[in-house]
Amino acid sequence: MGAGGPAGVGVAPGAAEGSAAGAGSGAGAGSGAGAADRPGGRGAGPRSRALDGLRGYGLIAMMWIRATMTYRTSFALMLVGNMAITGLDFVAIYLMFRHVDVLGGFTLPEIALLYGLCSTSFGLTDLLMGNTDRLGARVRDGSLDTMLVRPVPVLAQVAADRFALRRLGRVVQGLAVLVWALSVLDVAWTPGRVLLVPMTVLAGTAIFSAVMVAGAAFQFVAGDAAEVQNSFTYGGNTMLQYPPTIFAKDLLRAVTFVLPLAFVNWVPALYLLGRPDPLGLPGWAAYAGPLVGFAVFVPASLAWRAGVRSYRSTGS
Amino acid sequence: MRLHVPLWCAVAAGGFRRYATYTTATAAGVFTNTVFGFVIAYTYIALWEERPGLGGYDQAQALTFVWVSQALLATSGLMGGGFHEELQQRVRTGDIAVDLYRPADLQLWWLFTDLGRAAFQLLGRGVVPLAVGALAFELALPGDPVRWLLFLLSVLLGAVVSFAIRYLLGLAAFWLLDGSGVNLIATVVAIFFSGMLLPLSVFPGAFGEFVRLLPWAAMLQVPLDVLMGTQGAGGAGLVRALGFQLAWALTLLGLGRLAQSAATRKVVVQGG
Repeated sequence: MGAGGPAGVGVAPGAAEGSAAGAGSGAGAGSGAGAADRPGGRGAGPRSRALDGLRGYGLIAMMWIRATMTYRTSFALMLVGNMAITGLDFVAIYLMFRHVDVLGGFTLPEIALLYGLCSTSFGLTDLLMGNTDRLGARVRDGSLDTMLVRPVPVLAQVAADRFALRRLGRVVQGLAVLVWALSVLDVAWTPGRVLLVPMTVLAGTAIFSAVMVAGAAFQFVAGDAAEVQNSFTYGGNTMLQYPPTIFAKDLLRAVTFVLPLAFVNWVPALYLLGRPDPLGLPGWAAYAGPLVGFAVFVPASLAWRAGVRSYRSTGS
Repeated sequence: MRLHVPLWCAVAAGGFRRYATYTTATAAGVFTNTVFGFVIAYTYIALWEERPGLGGYDQAQALTFVWVSQALLATSGLMGGGFHEELQQRVRTGDIAVDLYRPADLQLWWLFTDLGRAAFQLLGRGVVPLAVGALAFELALPGDPVRWLLFLLSVLLGAVVSFAIRYLLGLAAFWLLDGSGVNLIATVVAIFFSGMLLPLSVFPGAFGEFVRLLPWAAMLQVPLDVLMGTQGAGGAGLVRALGFQLAWALTLLGLGRLAQSAATRKVVVQGG
């Protein structure tokens, strides 16, 4: 499978019409268009570069989806496993609530709101960007070199390679908890607040994605340090499932102002629940998610560029 | 199946050295365990403030549970990262054929490799998170060296149980070829039923009774109870705890042996 993958990707952008036509509907059409646009598209500004990246991402992801479907039993088990892995997180919280009525002053539906928001965002991030944590391993085994010579942005390749559709399981499970929480909770809905929910999910995805990219960039320097990245992404996700009131104030300040994970769910959820922010942030901060998501991408992408520039192949 | 002590010592030492090579990965793992330790510690403080004495633990014992379980996470192979992915890969690629005609027993070979890994990770990934936890929070760690020795014995038995389960997973590749699905399910089950998410003593009612009888309890819950002396009254409780682990270890190793003989009958080496 590993040998078949890169060869497939290598062929498609090279305008091999025969293989593209034979490769199945969605990806076939995509690669055809990619090949036609490319001569004009090179070096035509950042916008077309981004489109280039997206197109490359789509092609690679489609290829991995087809590859995954070769082992259907395994895929079905993985999908169920993914739903269960986050599901059991929530079961643990539920079991806590068999013993207590409130945790840190929050009821079970309120915690379910926190949980649903951050799990959905994190699930989307994991689906779209989760494979960036392999970067250290790629540096070690030299497979990054192959990516550098392909006509697709490296980040798109790193993120899309081994694209795992099974990670949809986490998204579905997070959404289920979110929907349950919203149906049980008594929120004073306004149009703005309704809009806040999907906006928060997307902003949360952007924030987590930025952390993933920064973590991957860090691995250019540190080598095989996927776990450091995991401690901010998975660790952050675990932390955000619980109410901010139970954590130390210094930790809250750090995840609000330094690494703004608090905007993934805490700040908007507290606003929806009509609870005061423990750090005294004003109400409009709840709507600042997209801005924060945009802001964190600046240092993350700078770090990524610096990482790619500083990259020296293992050379052997 | 003769027991050839120097050989198995060498195999275990190889496992130890292999993992000791990746210092950055080890440091990164220590960092992760420490971060998770803090996050979970705060949630347990909130939980035990709401319900003091929950599951028979006071707050210091609950926090001990958090930090020791982070310290044992890598050793007990709860999150994968052990040998079974490699064994599955060898089955898929056919390298297993070479392994099978080696003059060393397959199960014992992997057992000692994995114990070498576990020993390294106990030192490399266990000591620092526990020390950080002990500095940052008030833990209920015993001062009695005998208790620590019993704890290490219990950790060893837990590591064997963990190995035996993952060996079955590895052999599953003979039937499934791609083991990633079962691996994921196994990780989920192990994390939940070992007490990693919540101590098993906190699980309510008959469900709690049931989960404390499953083999995953031997990996984390039992070693922790042995360490904190919460395994039941006196010597009898201790014997029961260690006996429980030993019984599961032998049962699962036996199952592994059965599966191994079934699998080797299935192997067809494609010559050429």
